[in-house]
Amino acid sequence: MTKAITVSGLHKSFGRTHALDGLDLDVETGEVHGFLGPNGAGKSTTIRVLLGLLRADSGAAQVLGRDPWTDAVEAHRRIAYVPGDVTLWRNLSGGEVIDLYGRLRGGLNAGRRADLIDRFELDPTKKGRTYSKGNRQKVALVAAFASDVDLLILDEPTSGLDPLMEEVFQRCVTEERERGRTILLSSHILSEVEELCDRVSIIRKGRTVETGSLADLRHLTRTSVSAELAGPPNGLANLPGVHDLDVRGHRVRLQVDTDQLDAVLRQLSESGVRSLTSTPPTLEELFLRHYQDLDEAAAR
Amino acid sequence: MTTFTGTGVLLRFSLRRDRVLIPVWLAVNALMVLSMPNTLRTLYGTAAERADLVSQLQTNASFRALIGPVFDTSLGALTAWRVGVYAAALAAAMSLLIVVRHTRDEEESGRQELVASGMVGRRASLTAALLAAAVANAVLALLITAGLAGQGAPGALSFGLGLAGVGMVFATMAAIVAQLTESARLARGLTAAVLGAAFVLRAAGDSTTNDGSSALTWLSPLGWLENQRSFAHERWWVLALFAAAVAVQAVVAYELAGRRDLGMSFLPTRPGPPTGRLATVGALAWRLQRGSVLGWSIGFFLAGVVYGGLTDGAADLVRDNDNARQIFERMGGRNGLTDAFLASMVDMLGLIASLYIVASVLRLHGEETSGRAEPVLACAVSRLRWAASHLTIAFGGSALIMLLAGLGFAAGYGRQIGPVLGACLLQVTAVWVIGGVTLLLYGLAPRLAPAAWGIAVAVLLLGWIGPALNAPRIVLDLSPFGHLPKLPGGAMEWGPVCALLALAVLLVTGGLAGLRRRDLTT
Repeated sequence: MTKAITVSGLHKSFGRTHALDGLDLDVETGEVHGFLGPNGAGKSTTIRVLLGLLRADSGAAQVLGRDPWTDAVEAHRRIAYVPGDVTLWRNLSGGEVIDLYGRLRGGLNAGRRADLIDRFELDPTKKGRTYSKGNRQKVALVAAFASDVDLLILDEPTSGLDPLMEEVFQRCVTEERERGRTILLSSHILSEVEELCDRVSIIRKGRTVETGSLADLRHLTRTSVSAELAGPPNGLANLPGVHDLDVRGHRVRLQVDTDQLDAVLRQLSESGVRSLTSTPPTLEELFLRHYQDLDEAAAR
Repeated sequence: MTTFTGTGVLLRFSLRRDRVLIPVWLAVNALMVLSMPNTLRTLYGTAAERADLVSQLQTNASFRALIGPVFDTSLGALTAWRVGVYAAALAAAMSLLIVVRHTRDEEESGRQELVASGMVGRRASLTAALLAAAVANAVLALLITAGLAGQGAPGALSFGLGLAGVGMVFATMAAIVAQLTESARLARGLTAAVLGAAFVLRAAGDSTTNDGSSALTWLSPLGWLENQRSFAHERWWVLALFAAAVAVQAVVAYELAGRRDLGMSFLPTRPGPPTGRLATVGALAWRLQRGSVLGWSIGFFLAGVVYGGLTDGAADLVRDNDNARQIFERMGGRNGLTDAFLASMVDMLGLIASLYIVASVLRLHGEETSGRAEPVLACAVSRLRWAASHLTIAFGGSALIMLLAGLGFAAGYGRQIGPVLGACLLQVTAVWVIGGVTLLLYGLAPRLAPAAWGIAVAVLLLGWIGPALNAPRIVLDLSPFGHLPKLPGGAMEWGPVCALLALAVLLVTGGLAGLRRRDLTT
């Protein structure tokens, strides 16, 4: 598989702040790649470098096989971009803006445009100044999904959408993947990434801290288990990988490293299990734990 | 809680937000009015000179249309005549901006929703906005009355109250219009159009009569001001017209405001087309700037017609007055008064055209800082092509409006058509230098780009006031306009014209190179 985006050792400073500090990113062609990080981690800066809007201080970047700074126009023919905060022209209707963006890229699929406007419940006759934040976002999303391109770069695209529209968005992303398009989806909404992405890169303070499939990353996480037992539990505290153990009579709550789950379950069933709930790790926990660990390491 | 609860808090808040805006408007207006007696004293020092001036003014319909009739030969009466209409227009503009800013602007931005959810009555916002305008106009009346008291206290009071009266008429007018439109920009535009109509009515009336008695003049609040006859046996009862108009308009505004929901309007925005034909950045730039190009084109053509029509009368007026003639000659050259007047008017329009080019080039800056440029540049559009789309309109548009001004002179004056047209087009080279400086600032240091306004205003003041103050050559040469040959009348000099063109090209190239290399600001 060829790479749609390759980035290595990217550095970018604004005055004294280092927004990017040796960032790496690889996006395979045809995958949905989650680009995760807390606010201020450098997600938008990376995307702007990839679009040739900012010039990197050092490091290498290629988008669709081209240099994003020197060969921007050619690369952009095959790219659709949705910014996190969409501003429109006051006097242009949503429909006019959608068509303009489409034509400024590689062209627009009229059937798909009509279908998307319908699904996103967008009124294309309203003027730019009268749209709400969510509706402005929809204008940019419809333009991007209906454009005839190979790569979609979406920077926190659902920030103004309600839950129903988020579902429409998720279905659209899935359809795009089935069409063979590549999507870079930046987000701090973790459930969205979990649902949609083949692979994830987690960045923090301008560096990539983890990259891989969700399965690859699960070793970093813990499963929460709570159980009601027939008798008092024993031996749990000595098992490797068990954390935050809380025993109250016959009730047990604990967290366990996911690769040690089997041993814990065997130990629990020895005491007789009456009820059991186990919560799979969410990306949110993965996220939290990851940064917590890093901070602890830094503190030491 | 009454419908007015919270008015006091909102008023203090409004005045705090306008703590720069209002003083600047007041200072500019007061300076213009209060400096006039001195200027007139230098130009027309003796009663005989003034009597001569007045007798000529009364017989010239173009001057009456532009400025209004004059009722007495005293310095006070001449001051009220010379600045009345313009000071009133400034007061009206200030008032309508204040009111729209604190009513429709707040609603459109959504901030009003937050305010209205607090301990605030339904009528509090409108009341606070009108009171803020009232405070500003009261201070204006006070400044004018105190400043002109030396010319006669009753006249000064009458004139000050008249200016404030015009201000409040347009404040309450703006309050009505703000109920009608959903867009604050449209509300400002419509109220300004009413102001323009008031000017035209008064001008039409005054061109037919020389004592302000035309019915058309009486239809205009600007006409009421001149009909107060400040410093010339004041007619105090005219002030009652202002009071009545303000009261009626305020009642209408409150009635309308009480009958609608927050954020709604009586003239809802018309929907746009569901599909668009815009396909290039060039088409987009034209769509964004065409309204302004149209407005400037009409304005410059009409200005050409009006100044062209005034030329003969102005030359006659100035001929007998040494001081005034010298000022015109410093501005327009020593080649006969008619030519000097034409040249100085062409020069003035050139200076004003630099405001157009600064505004137009800074569209790039506005598009970039608002975040609208970013998704466009993320399409298959190079930065140079994007910049070129707006720059074509900026540089081409400034040539267009100067050409139209030249055609206006041809229509209004009818002689010397070729030389005047040529003179107008020569101004374009200096205008382009200003455009080039603006682009250079934007390309290299986008944060400093708005400073181009400061440069344009400095050049404007240098060109307008420099000759009147007899400023030394070296100071006047700081402005690109100082290097242009004085045409018509003077000798054509290609050297400086080519140098200005070369400089403009250099500045544009530098600006574009900077833009291509730098990060986009977000």
